[in-house]
Amino acid sequence: MRFEAPATVEAAIKLLGGEPGLAKVLAGGSDLIVQMKSGRIEPALVVDIKRIAGMTAINAEAGGFRIGAGVPCFALESHKELKAAWPGVVEAARLIGSTQVQGRATIVGNLCNGSPAADSVPALVAASATVRIVGAKGSREVAVLDIPTGPGKTALAKDDIVESVFLPARPSRSGDAYLRFIPRTEMDIAVVSAGVFLTLDAGGTITAARVALGAVAPTVLLVEAAAKAIIGSKLDAKALDALAAAASAACKPIDDKRGTVEYRTKVAGVLARRAAETAYARAKGAK
Amino acid sequence: MAHDGKPVAAGRKFDSVGTRPLRPDGIDKVTGRARYGADMNMPGQLIGKVLRSPHAHALIKSIDTSAAEKLPGVRAVITARDLPDLTGGDQGQMDTLVNTMARERTLYDGHAVAAVAASSASIAQAALKLIEVVYEVLPHVTDVDEAMKPDAPLVNGGVITNGVTPKPTKKSNVLIRHEFGHGNIAKGFADADIVVERSFKTEATHQGYIEPHACVANLGADGTGDMWVCTQGHYNVRAVCAAMLGLEQSKLRITASEIGGGFGGKTMLFIEPLAFALSRKANRPVKMVMSREEVFRATGPTASSSMWMKVGAKKDGRVTAAHAVIKFQGGPFGGSLVDMGAMACFACYDLPNVKTEGYDVFCNRPRAAAYRAPSAPIVTFATESVMQEIADKLGLDPVDMRLKNAAKEGTKSSYGPTYGPIGLKATLEAVKETPHWKTPVAPGKHRGRGVACGFWFNFGGNTSVSMAINADGTVALAYGNPDIGGSRASMSLMAAEELGIPYEKVRCIVADTASLGYNDTTDGSRVTFAAGLSTINAARNAIKVMCARAAKTWGISEDAVTWEKGHAKPAGANAGKFEPLSMAQIAATAQNTGGPIAGHFETFADSAGVSFGTHIADVEVDEETGKVTVLRYTVLQDAGKAIHPSYVEGQYQGGAAQGIGWALNEEYIYGKDGRLQNAGFLDYRIPVASDLPMIETVILEIPNPGHPYGVRGVGETPIVPPLGAIANAIAAATGVRMGDIPMSPPKLLKALEGRAR
Amino acid sequence: MSHVHVTTTINGDPTEFLCEADETLLDALRDRLNLTGTKEGCGSGDCGACSVTIDGRLVCSCLTLAAEAQGRSIGTIEGMAKGDKLHPLQQKFLDHAALQCGVCTPGFLVAADALLKHNPDPTETEIRYWLAGNLCRCTGYDKIVKAVTEAAADLRRA
Repeated sequence: MRFEAPATVEAAIKLLGGEPGLAKVLAGGSDLIVQMKSGRIEPALVVDIKRIAGMTAINAEAGGFRIGAGVPCFALESHKELKAAWPGVVEAARLIGSTQVQGRATIVGNLCNGSPAADSVPALVAASATVRIVGAKGSREVAVLDIPTGPGKTALAKDDIVESVFLPARPSRSGDAYLRFIPRTEMDIAVVSAGVFLTLDAGGTITAARVALGAVAPTVLLVEAAAKAIIGSKLDAKALDALAAAASAACKPIDDKRGTVEYRTKVAGVLARRAAETAYARAKGAK
Repeated sequence: MAHDGKPVAAGRKFDSVGTRPLRPDGIDKVTGRARYGADMNMPGQLIGKVLRSPHAHALIKSIDTSAAEKLPGVRAVITARDLPDLTGGDQGQMDTLVNTMARERTLYDGHAVAAVAASSASIAQAALKLIEVVYEVLPHVTDVDEAMKPDAPLVNGGVITNGVTPKPTKKSNVLIRHEFGHGNIAKGFADADIVVERSFKTEATHQGYIEPHACVANLGADGTGDMWVCTQGHYNVRAVCAAMLGLEQSKLRITASEIGGGFGGKTMLFIEPLAFALSRKANRPVKMVMSREEVFRATGPTASSSMWMKVGAKKDGRVTAAHAVIKFQGGPFGGSLVDMGAMACFACYDLPNVKTEGYDVFCNRPRAAAYRAPSAPIVTFATESVMQEIADKLGLDPVDMRLKNAAKEGTKSSYGPTYGPIGLKATLEAVKETPHWKTPVAPGKHRGRGVACGFWFNFGGNTSVSMAINADGTVALAYGNPDIGGSRASMSLMAAEELGIPYEKVRCIVADTASLGYNDTTDGSRVTFAAGLSTINAARNAIKVMCARAAKTWGISEDAVTWEKGHAKPAGANAGKFEPLSMAQIAATAQNTGGPIAGHFETFADSAGVSFGTHIADVEVDEETGKVTVLRYTVLQDAGKAIHPSYVEGQYQGGAAQGIGWALNEEYIYGKDGRLQNAGFLDYRIPVASDLPMIETVILEIPNPGHPYGVRGVGETPIVPPLGAIANAIAAATGVRMGDIPMSPPKLLKALEGRAR
Repeated sequence: MSHVHVTTTINGDPTEFLCEADETLLDALRDRLNLTGTKEGCGSGDCGACSVTIDGRLVCSCLTLAAEAQGRSIGTIEGMAKGDKLHPLQQKFLDHAALQCGVCTPGFLVAADALLKHNPDPTETEIRYWLAGNLCRCTGYDKIVKAVTEAAADLRRA
């Protein structure tokens, strides 16, 4: 195996494109190195992107935030403006692994690993986040929703590098929230998760909503029916029940060592409801 | 008999025992200097790795190691051919041999089939890939109930069951049936006003020690060998390795490293004979360290079980009869410890009519090893659930109902012996005095409180201790039990107490197998008891010698000398005639009075005292997800005499935490292919710090007359009550009785939804 | 495969070593540099026994490539005491019997040290959640939490 730590994105792309064997990008390594050590993958080349200028920066941009691909989740916590604008995204990112993993793991890595249970993804999708991808043919902005294509698979080419995540300006009177179910209090992969984003009008009625579910399908699900169930309501009990039902109905989960089809389907509805309630409270308290 | 036969004086005041000094290995452990199994390296060492079967059950048609042998850097490759054939000898040794390295067939996912030693880990790993094994996959069975069905695939060829009449003619997966009990259960059930009958199922768990198995072996061409190893019993390592390699025991010298947890899982051998065999073949030291995945797949988890229990009682709560049928699978060789389960099952109660039957069943799973009071958490889950159900149906207070039936001094136990002085009632009565019990369950939905009792036999066994008095009067104490919980401090406290000197004057080490007589493994909660009483007796012997030396110095008779607070004093007619002599003074003239001074003691300690405990658990259940939060937890247990109270508390808290994990989330998950799916700490879910509350502890002391200071082993009992306590708390919180361990969220949610509305 | 040459700083000491490209920082610390205080409990980032700091940030060394240590500042358990003066956390762990077998202790100490630098006055809940990535199988965490709480108080008073 070769290890390279280039100083520019261009150099990184060239390395990835020029490798005949398996080439992997290293940011936090909390998925990559686990997979290498378990023998699941044997890369011929590992390209560390953390020495590239700007990779570890969080910058305000167009009312929103651009987060470099090398920013560890831990660092999102201390960015007050980001946390205030997108608490759901930050709380999702902050659930990934232990404090130690938080010191290394990145939300871009979390996305690019392609796990259906990735914690940051439902929250990013609910927030309408995009990623900037730089490849051999230049750069492009892609919705986070369009990146995962299946368990462990993404829409990225071999020599694509995700350079950053962009969170748009939060509309006024909006809030987001993320919840996951795990059997312990920490350290588990999400059995099922929900990320919700709501916008309210002055009277507290929901005018826009996005409901994303994780770990209940081969990729993250953006559930239009769940959003429709609450738009136009003030999140009364009837709307919440309809939301939960729509969330459960959209699930296509599997039975595995972390949960059963029955369980995931039921709890998806419970979490969608609870996340919506938190997002609503945040939206009401927001400017 | 192990001590002077004098019962411990009630209310004896101790000077050292019962205090909380810092442990002697403490600074090394908080600075990272302490050396565990994998922290040792020998010059010129090779790294050993093991190739493991990916099948639950298979015949080995052929193994071709030639390509691996040719890889540059590889110095030795071994298979079962490189180990002796112990067929026809001791069956237990043969089972260990086969478990260590498969012979004609592999019996579980992870079973070792070959091993290599190479100049680096990566070369060893590459060599494993070059070994070609041709398997013929056989049908497998991993569930105990499935394994007992008449058409079940036979594991390891099956066996004719022992302990069943008439003797079966057809082989099955049932090795043996055990039975214990007394009285007439049919009559007892007929006399009952209420009878509860329940079935239970529990999945296997693992001890989960944070340090994987590791050793460095060096076996030379002359057959003399040394090993550094993390183990609970280095004498056992010597004995087993000698047998596996066809060597005499004196040829091997085993040094126990610091050990990063054992809980019973490091009482058995896995990689150690392989390390010696590789070293012998390569003529170089070989270091072997298991990966976490190997630890889960190929060491010794607990049994998994299927149980049925029926208990009858009078309206006032007095139990009239109890009957349990317990089935354990413990891997492909038997030895699931179902006999211990059958004995421990009703041990807390004074029952006129009781019968327990245990079946030891084969499955294609790793061979079970002991895990902290092995079998007792499993069976006690059933007993405490049924007892609670009876109490609930009769409207009785959970503590009072148990007090009504609690075993006491003079009770004939359900497994045979009659109890001496024991502490079960004391722990139950003490429950009512705890701040926990006196505080109602915090108000809120779906919260409940549960109580459960538990027991462990405790063990004594072979012990050898040696004590040398240094030239400056300080003490060098050597015992032979790896220190897993602070026993060096406890031995030092007992030595200091007996000699009447400060704790700091004693330095205690764990000696290697060449330096002391035989010592049984650190298990059975035996060390503070057996090595403790041996330390006390070794001190008494040293005192005898020192008194004799003082007598010689003073020119008086030996029996005119007494010992007090580290000094020899003239007594009787000579009292006051001579200044007392300190240990330093006596030691300073030792070479003139007869030579170096030492005391030693060897025994088979057979006077261990049983330890009973009662736990209180408060839980909250999220009824929409089935998730359980433990709100508050208290452990009450009889320690006989707590030598170092902090370490006794630590055992109570640690055992409770393991039991809580077992109750809620820990389990071995097998696929239909018989392969283990969760061989790591991600999906084998032990409690993390945020899962648990503070764990309150109450130490009761009902002295064990079989130990000079009253010590009872305490390490194992704390893991026994939690499964029942948590199940009872969940029942109190939700009305749902769970019969299936672990009581994980998907199962609890399903049970909640199935609850009668 | 040819080795990577790494120049780094460990516990304040300038250090160089050679390692394989896919070797972890944990392996390099233990096998190349003989710093065996940091332990491998799982190799997959689930137990925290391998905890170290990189440029002051708490990480699992089993999930860091040794090559990534280039130019960085690594902190391990061996750097926690100053000569023969134990860090208050180390002393409190001893005083409170917050260790039994002790194999998880280096990881806990490094993690707790990082906690108190980040939050000098943590609540019990904050301590438990910060340390959730450090598994202990012996103690049930009770005495560990008490030791960290007291050490925090001592450090605030200092």
